[in-house]
Amino acid sequence: MNETRDTVYLDHAATTPMVPEAIEVMAREMARTGNASSLHTSGRTARRTVEESRELIADRLGARPSEVVFLSGGTEANNLAIKGLYWSRVGADPGRRRVIFSSIEHHALLDPVTWLAKHEGAVIDMTPVDRLGRILIDDLRTSVESDPTSVAAITTMWANNELGTIQPIAEVVAIAHAHGIPVHSDAVQAAGYVPLDFAASGLDAMTVTAHKLGGPVGVGALLMKRELDATPLLHGGGQERDVRSGTISVAAIAAFAKAMDLAVARRDETSARIERLRAHLIDGIRRIVPDAIINGDPEPGADHRLPNIAHVTFPGCEGDAMLMLFDAQGIECSTGSACTAGVPQPSHVLLAMGYSDVAARGSLRLSLGHTNTRADVDAFLAALPAVHERAFAANLARSGS
Amino acid sequence: MKVIAAMSGGVDSAVAAARAVDAGHDVTGVHLALSRNPKSYRSGARGCCSIEDANDARRAADVLGIPFYVWDMSDEFADEVVEDFIAEYTAGRTPNPCLRCNEKIKFAAVLDRALALGFDAVATGHYAQLRTDDDGMIEMHRAVDHGKDQSYVLGVLTQHQLAHSLFPLGDTTKDIVRLEAAARDLAVAKKPDSHDICFISDGDNAGWLTEKLGPKPGDIVDETGKVLAAHDGAYAFTIGQRRGLKLGIPADDGKPRFVLDIEPVSGTVTVGPREMLTVDYIEAIKPLWCGAVPTDALECSVQLRAHGEEHRAVVRVSTSSTSEGGSTSESGLTGAGSDTVTIELLEPASGIAPGQAAVIYAGTRVVGSATIARTERRTNIAALA
Repeated sequence: MNETRDTVYLDHAATTPMVPEAIEVMAREMARTGNASSLHTSGRTARRTVEESRELIADRLGARPSEVVFLSGGTEANNLAIKGLYWSRVGADPGRRRVIFSSIEHHALLDPVTWLAKHEGAVIDMTPVDRLGRILIDDLRTSVESDPTSVAAITTMWANNELGTIQPIAEVVAIAHAHGIPVHSDAVQAAGYVPLDFAASGLDAMTVTAHKLGGPVGVGALLMKRELDATPLLHGGGQERDVRSGTISVAAIAAFAKAMDLAVARRDETSARIERLRAHLIDGIRRIVPDAIINGDPEPGADHRLPNIAHVTFPGCEGDAMLMLFDAQGIECSTGSACTAGVPQPSHVLLAMGYSDVAARGSLRLSLGHTNTRADVDAFLAALPAVHERAFAANLARSGS
Repeated sequence: MKVIAAMSGGVDSAVAAARAVDAGHDVTGVHLALSRNPKSYRSGARGCCSIEDANDARRAADVLGIPFYVWDMSDEFADEVVEDFIAEYTAGRTPNPCLRCNEKIKFAAVLDRALALGFDAVATGHYAQLRTDDDGMIEMHRAVDHGKDQSYVLGVLTQHQLAHSLFPLGDTTKDIVRLEAAARDLAVAKKPDSHDICFISDGDNAGWLTEKLGPKPGDIVDETGKVLAAHDGAYAFTIGQRRGLKLGIPADDGKPRFVLDIEPVSGTVTVGPREMLTVDYIEAIKPLWCGAVPTDALECSVQLRAHGEEHRAVVRVSTSSTSEGGSTSESGLTGAGSDTVTIELLEPASGIAPGQAAVIYAGTRVVGSATIARTERRTNIAALA
C-alpha cells in the first residue's frame, strides 16, 4: 500500500494544493525570526511582511488594509463574525437578539449560531432555500421586516460549499441596510473562483481562508468594516485591531498573500478552464449513468454557481460506498456532507433543499481545482462504471436484507 | 483476497487485521458505527460505540498501512439487535445481543455489503478456528485459547457465512495476541477487554431496560406462589439470578434463593432454592447448522451460555410437519425455521434462561445452534444429585 501512485484529486473544495510560489514564500519566511509585535529590526521586518500581505489581500478583495483581520481560518472568522457581532449588538441594545442565517450554511456558521441560541439567548431565524440551494430572498425580507429592530445580524454564505450555488448577497445587503442591520458572508468557497469586491458588495464582514485558494491551512481573514464593532473571542496582546489577540504567523500570512495574488491574477483563466473540465465531467457522468442527477444551479456564472463544483446524486447508491471504491483506485472525492465520528451524515444542505434522506446519502461532491487536467476527469469517468455497478449492488444488498 | 477487517478499536481486531495483511490479503479496515449518535448508547470509554474506539481503530489501520473507513450500521443495529434485545426481555427471555450482532450485522449486513462492493471476506478478531474438511465443508472449532473461545457467539453462522469469514486469532492465546500487538507497535496492546453489552454504557442492563420500557410492577413469589416482594419490572431479572432480588425476608431454610421463572404477561417472578434451577431437558427453536443437519440422535455436548461450561447431551431434531422442507437453503445444508431441537442433558445444567443460545459441539467442532425456548426437569433432583 505504500507505493506511490498518481492520485486523482477531486476534492478541492475540502482543501486545494498549495501553489509552489506560496510554499516557497512560506519556507523563506519560516527561516526568519521576528515577532511582528517586537520593536527591533527583526520585529519591524516581520511587521512589514505582514502589512504588505495585508495591503495585497485588501487590494485583491476590494477592501481597505485596516479592514483585514488575520486569524486562523474560516471557522474562527465565522465565529468571530457572528458571535462578535451578536454580543456587540446585544450589548448596545438588549432587544436585538435575532440572528438570521441560511439553512445551508457550513457547520462553521451553523454551530456558532445554534450555540448562541442555546447559551446566549439568541433567537435564531433560518432562511429557507429553493431546490437549487439558493435562499428565498422574499422569505428573508419578510423575516427582517416582521420586526427589523430585533435583528442583531444577518449571515448568508457567498457560495455554498456542497453545491457551489451562489447566493444573492447584494439583495441581502439591500434588505438589511434599509434597517441598519449588519451582514456577514462566508466567502471561503467563492474566493479564487469568482470576483469578490468587499466594498462594492456592501457587506459589513466577510470570511476568507488561505487553503481554499492555494495557500496554507491555518490562516484566514475576516474582513470587517472599520466602523464595525465586534466583541473579541480571544483576549491577550491586542493584535489585529485588538479584535484577535495572539502572535500572528508571518510565514502563513505571507504565503496567504502570495496565493491570493496568484489566484486572483489567474482567476478568469482558471475558472474558464475548470468550467470546461466540469462540463466534460458532467457529460461523461450523464453518458455512463443516465439517471444521475446533477444538483444545484445548472447555469454557470458569478450570479449562479461556482465553476469547480459538481454535486451529483446517483440514485440507488450510497455516496460513502462510491467514495471508498474510488479511493481504492486513487481517485479522491467527497460525499460533501459533514461527518460525525467518521460517519457521513445526510447533508443538511440537501435536506434543506427538499431532498430525501436517501437521496442525500446517495450523492458525491466532485470539486475541481487548479491542478486538475482532462486526464483526471477521464480517469474518474473510466472508473465510474464499475464503481457505480458495485455501489448499486451493495445498496441493493443492504436494503434487501 | 480482498478482505474487510472489522476493527472495533480493540486489540484483538487490530491484530487480526495485521495478520490478514501478513497473509498477503488486500485488507481494508472498517469500523462499524452502531449508534448514529455515538453518545446515545454509551458514554463510557470502552465498548463498540465510542468515538475513542473509532479513533483507536483508525490509528491501528494507520500503523498497518491499510485504508480505513467507518461504516454506518446504526439503522441495522437498532432494528436487528437493540429492538430484538428489548423485545426478548419484554417477552421474559434473556437474549444474547453479541450473538445476534454476529448473525445479523457483522456476518450479514457487513458481509453482504463487502461482497457486493467486490470484497471476498470479512476478518474479525473473534477467537475461533475454521478448517475445511475432506468434502470441502467448512468446520468451525473452538479456539486454542478455551478461556477466550468465542465459537459460542459464532455458532449461528452458516456455511455461506463461514466461507467468507477469517478468524486469524483462533490458533493463539490472548496473552500472545497482546504481546504481538505490542511488538507491532499497536497502541491498543494494553487496552482493556470490553465485557459489557456495547450499547449499555455502565453495564447496568436492568437500569437501561427500565429506562427504555418504563416501570412495569409485578410480584416476586416463591415456588408455592406466596408473594414475597414487589418489583418495578420483570426485565430486571434473569433466570438463575441471585443478587439484587431485595426480598427482605430470608427463606425458611435460610438458603439463598434464585430466579426460577419469569412470566412475561403478569410479570410474576418466581424464586426458589438452587436445586430447582436444575434442568435436564431443553427444547430449542430456530436451529442453524454449520453443516449437515443431524438426522439421528446425536451424542454431543452443548454450551448454554457465553463462557459457560459444556454439558454432555443427546440432541434430536424434529422437523415440523408444516415446514415441508421449506426451511432448507439452496445448499440443503443449513436449515432454520420451524424445526425444533430437543436436548436431553446427560449432565444437568442450572440457571438456563430461555432466549439464550444452545450451541451444539462435537468435540471442538460446532455442529449448530438453536434458541432455548423451554426447559424442564424430568428426573427428580435427588436422582440427579
